[in-house]
Amino acid sequence: MDQIPILKLGDFLLVTIQVELHDQLAMTLQDDLTQKLSRTHAKGVLIDISALEIVDSFIGRSLAQIAGIARVMDATTVLVGMRPAVAITLVELGMPLKGIRTALNVDKGMKLLRNAQEEDGFDEPAFEGDPPLAP
Amino acid sequence: MLEWATRLAFGVVDRTKFVTAASELGRNALVHGRGGSMLICEVSEGAKTGLRLVFTDSGPGIADIQRAMKDGFSTANSMGLGLGGAQRLVNEFNIASAPGAGTTVTVTQWKRR
Repeated sequence: MDQIPILKLGDFLLVTIQVELHDQLAMTLQDDLTQKLSRTHAKGVLIDISALEIVDSFIGRSLAQIAGIARVMDATTVLVGMRPAVAITLVELGMPLKGIRTALNVDKGMKLLRNAQEEDGFDEPAFEGDPPLAP
Repeated sequence: MLEWATRLAFGVVDRTKFVTAASELGRNALVHGRGGSMLICEVSEGAKTGLRLVFTDSGPGIADIQRAMKDGFSTANSMGLGLGGAQRLVNEFNIASAPGAGTTVTVTQWKRR
């Protein structure tokens, strides 16, 4: 069965969708990415859809869901490379993908993810249990 | 279909809209109409040329078409953008349905001159 590769690049996961995304593939990607987020503790997900000629409401919804899942798993998602005709079509369709951050290309997307990570601040210190009670 | 639209020299935006609309309608026929058929044909009207798609299913049909066309109306736990969304993406949209009689949706995209 087809699978979309998910690459780990530093603190981020990189997903380049090179084939037309059919329903089953979108579901598989959602599962795989969730697993990988949990395993790698990645802070950002970059999804490159520059190869996609068609994004219908099902695929749009899958992408929005992926971003939503990533958010609750403490990662930011950036969708990059959307073709102009796809952008026009999605907005007219009534699916402006409001919940997802976007960037024009991979470079800008990576920059956005790094900024988001810095804004997030330094790593929180590990929780080491309650301070000992005063005797 | 993408190839067909390309051959007719549709612009990239019209082509993308049309194929996306077809995807929405195909999904509708599959999810709500228990599958059906799609007919594709080239049409011309005077000097205009275009593509027409006819989606036919023999599902339960739609009782309230106006309501089904509204965004957000969904019986399948989806976003309910199918019919209304598809209508916005094409030049001509026609739907005929009745309870128990299945649904036929006809859409046409004309080539811009």
